[in-house]
Amino acid sequence: MISLIKNLKEKITGQQVKTVNNASLAASYSGFRIAGKNLGDFIFENITRFFAFVIFSLVILMAYEMYRQSIPSIQKFSWGFITSTTWDPVHDKFGALPFIFGTLFSSLIALFIALPLSVGIAIFLSEFAPRWLEQPVSLLVELLAAIPSIVYGLFGMFIMAPWLRKTIEPFLGDHLGFIFLFKGPPYGLGMLAAALILTVMILPIITSISRDVMKSIPDTQREAAFALGATKWEAVKVVLTGAKSGILGATLLGLGRAVGETMAVTMVIGNRPDISFSLFEPGYTMASVLANEFTEATSDLYISSLVEIALLLFIITIILNAIARLVVWSVTKKYYKVM
Amino acid sequence: MPYNFHYKWRKIKSSIMMILSIICALIAIIPLFLILFYTISQGFSSINWAFFTQMPKPAGEPGGGMANALVGTGILVAIGSLIGLPVGILSGIYLSENSSSIFAKMVRFLTEVLNGVPSIVIGVVAYVLVVLPMKRFSAIAGGVALAILMMPLITRTTEEMIKLIPHSFREAALGLGIPRWKTTLFIIMPAAFKGIFTGILLSIARAAGETAPLLFTALGNRFWSTQLDQPIASLTVFIYDYAKAPFDNWNRQAWAAALVLIILVTLINIIFRLVTRKRYA
Repeated sequence: MISLIKNLKEKITGQQVKTVNNASLAASYSGFRIAGKNLGDFIFENITRFFAFVIFSLVILMAYEMYRQSIPSIQKFSWGFITSTTWDPVHDKFGALPFIFGTLFSSLIALFIALPLSVGIAIFLSEFAPRWLEQPVSLLVELLAAIPSIVYGLFGMFIMAPWLRKTIEPFLGDHLGFIFLFKGPPYGLGMLAAALILTVMILPIITSISRDVMKSIPDTQREAAFALGATKWEAVKVVLTGAKSGILGATLLGLGRAVGETMAVTMVIGNRPDISFSLFEPGYTMASVLANEFTEATSDLYISSLVEIALLLFIITIILNAIARLVVWSVTKKYYKVM
Repeated sequence: MPYNFHYKWRKIKSSIMMILSIICALIAIIPLFLILFYTISQGFSSINWAFFTQMPKPAGEPGGGMANALVGTGILVAIGSLIGLPVGILSGIYLSENSSSIFAKMVRFLTEVLNGVPSIVIGVVAYVLVVLPMKRFSAIAGGVALAILMMPLITRTTEEMIKLIPHSFREAALGLGIPRWKTTLFIIMPAAFKGIFTGILLSIARAAGETAPLLFTALGNRFWSTQLDQPIASLTVFIYDYAKAPFDNWNRQAWAAALVLIILVTLINIIFRLVTRKRYA
């Protein structure tokens, strides 16, 4: 009996699948057919495929063109480009280490502040918040991502930097000055300002992905925890264990965002190519040097070096994004199947 | 009584964690309101009719506006849309129709990757692809940069919006003997139109708010220009230049322009969310 039903089911579903997928059946009334397809279908599919191919080739073209432009600089400096600290356009000597350092340092500090905050918000949104509160709070957090980066820059430059210089940095310097992070005179514009602005800018992306991942954990997990006598927070911990790799993915995406952020950082970081571990000192990032110097670049080698920085940035963000996407996808896929 | 104490401690800990998570949410929202507050309070006084209709005045003279920047942003976004929309929408359709083919998976992946590429890098690419061969900064170069920026966004929303349409729509159409391409164009697309349209608006909002890819492609222009092969002004580069300038008057105008930009972007975002939320329900 069971096998009979199963058989029948297969037959029915099998047929259904066929009628949906086999367009030629539906289209067999029109005359022209190419490769087993209606002529219109054939044309339409190939047009859309062509445009999909445009995106595909665009990414490859981008990488190739940047590589081609940076060949002079790669040949001249080779690995010295990323280990040298001299950036001297007048004498055509280019080393990008200060910028790489500035990018990584500011992004990592931002990540260090943003990660616990974002996970906290994600926990609130997916576990604690009542439904009527969840929607508007999500909206507000996501609006942070919609604000153009130039507006962040404006805010950082005119409002936050003076505040940091007058209030926060002297305070930190007085009380925590023995830590290397808080040494030096308060400039306002500097690493701390950049890191704080970046924190706010990457909050929304880490939050929304973490929240989605946590929401995709099936309720059975929470119910099982409650059934064993867990408190709300202990159930959250169970959810967090399941969402761990998804949050990791979100973190990497946030890092990718921070690494490539340009305008806001350029306006607040102070733009000085020094390597200093103090948060008060001005720094310089890869994106900022592109924003500031690209239009002024006169010699071919100068432009080539700048394009090489762009290429490095491109590679870093692609790697970060690729890993992050794979991680996030694998988590959500796993649990969608369970549901 | 140790058991009882332990239980109470666990409950207290749970409450503490809940309060901490609420504090996190509050901390995140504070900067949003600070930014909105300062943009309005600093920028509002400089917004008047002249600001939208007049040209920038030389440094030191009061008044003046950003008419050329508004028009410039419009032109740049139009070029970007003209190139970006067909590519984005059609490849989105391709991805939704052939969602499981290997090529589609690769394209989808590259779309995500392209979405994560910093906008300044896209600016460099547009510089290499357009400015270097043309040997001058131009509106076209800026438009190309914005197009590359918009493509992945449009592709993704198109695909997602089409996927929200129930499969029965397609089955019903195919069952009536309508060819696939007509089903897609005349049954699925109209049904998904609202979502796709707001998605397009969203990508336009993002393109209009971008500065980095325009710095060395469209460059900026203090004069009236609508020529596509010449440098052109834009709202965001206007803000950047005016913010860096040492004149109070200019700084205030930068805030005013930022206010205009922020209103535009926030409105579009809220509309998008309202429309898509209804879809999901």
